[in-house]
Amino acid sequence: MLTAFDKSLLNIIQTDLSFEKRPFALVAKKLETTETIVIERLKFLKEQGFIRRIGPFFDSTKLGYIGTLVALEVKKEYLAQVAGVINSYYGVTHNYEREADLNLWFTLLSPNLLKQDEILETIRNLDGVVRLLNLPATQKFKVSVQFSLT
Amino acid sequence: MLDELDKKIIVIMQEDFPLVAEPYREIAERLGIHEDELLGRLKEYRQSGKIRKMGAVLRHREVGYAANALCAWIVPEERIVEIGKMLAKDAVVSHCYARISQPGWPYNFYTMLHAHTRKDCKVLAEDIAKRTGLQEYVMLFSTKEWKKISMQYFKD
Repeated sequence: MLTAFDKSLLNIIQTDLSFEKRPFALVAKKLETTETIVIERLKFLKEQGFIRRIGPFFDSTKLGYIGTLVALEVKKEYLAQVAGVINSYYGVTHNYEREADLNLWFTLLSPNLLKQDEILETIRNLDGVVRLLNLPATQKFKVSVQFSLT
Repeated sequence: MLDELDKKIIVIMQEDFPLVAEPYREIAERLGIHEDELLGRLKEYRQSGKIRKMGAVLRHREVGYAANALCAWIVPEERIVEIGKMLAKDAVVSHCYARISQPGWPYNFYTMLHAHTRKDCKVLAEDIAKRTGLQEYVMLFSTKEWKKISMQYFKD
């Protein structure tokens, strides 16, 4: 269970880790506690599975990648197989089964358009794929998963 | 543009961040560069927007947000920017994109909602519909997470 301290630590640590020599000391100051307590608690929260990862959130476009969202209609009996092929691409970061006719949705990051189209063409031709819709973004308004824990 | 050292830094920063008092000194040592060089470049990535944020990614199920819903909306072209800006400020909306529609799929605007339960997600969507005046939307609840990872840039 998360203590009140854990929640305030998690609220801060989701966005405010700085590029300074002792980043956890700065977090500790905000929480009026010690650097050691912050570090130990973060280790605990990571081991317990509350924290998936600590690190930078990159802007894929600024790093020269292109991204898209793809929706598929896949025949039920082929779903696991098709999902497996999709998962094999390292540029696929999210692959979710969803309750709709378009029942498999994944995001794909690629170094260029040619590579993206090659991958989509392969997936489009897999057995069991009835329909594939490529849905690239035209405008990004928000990308920030942040849970305010109360 | 990114030079070879930038790419090495980006690759190593995607690995487990050391939970020690001076994490950047440890990372710099592994890279064979000075800590100041590393911190300088990381600050530049943030100023230029290559890094949007630095911090922890939580497992939303464990922290109580078990339900997430991708909502697809039909938004008149001339209202996309207005609504995009409005919903971007909404704490319950984690992702908000305009996307092209396709034949047989008229939806052109997407919001990702996180909540404790599916019912909560529905209430959130109805509230957004009321506030924006948008009537046509569909909620796409996830039933199985086949893959969810952070992107590994420059690994190939």
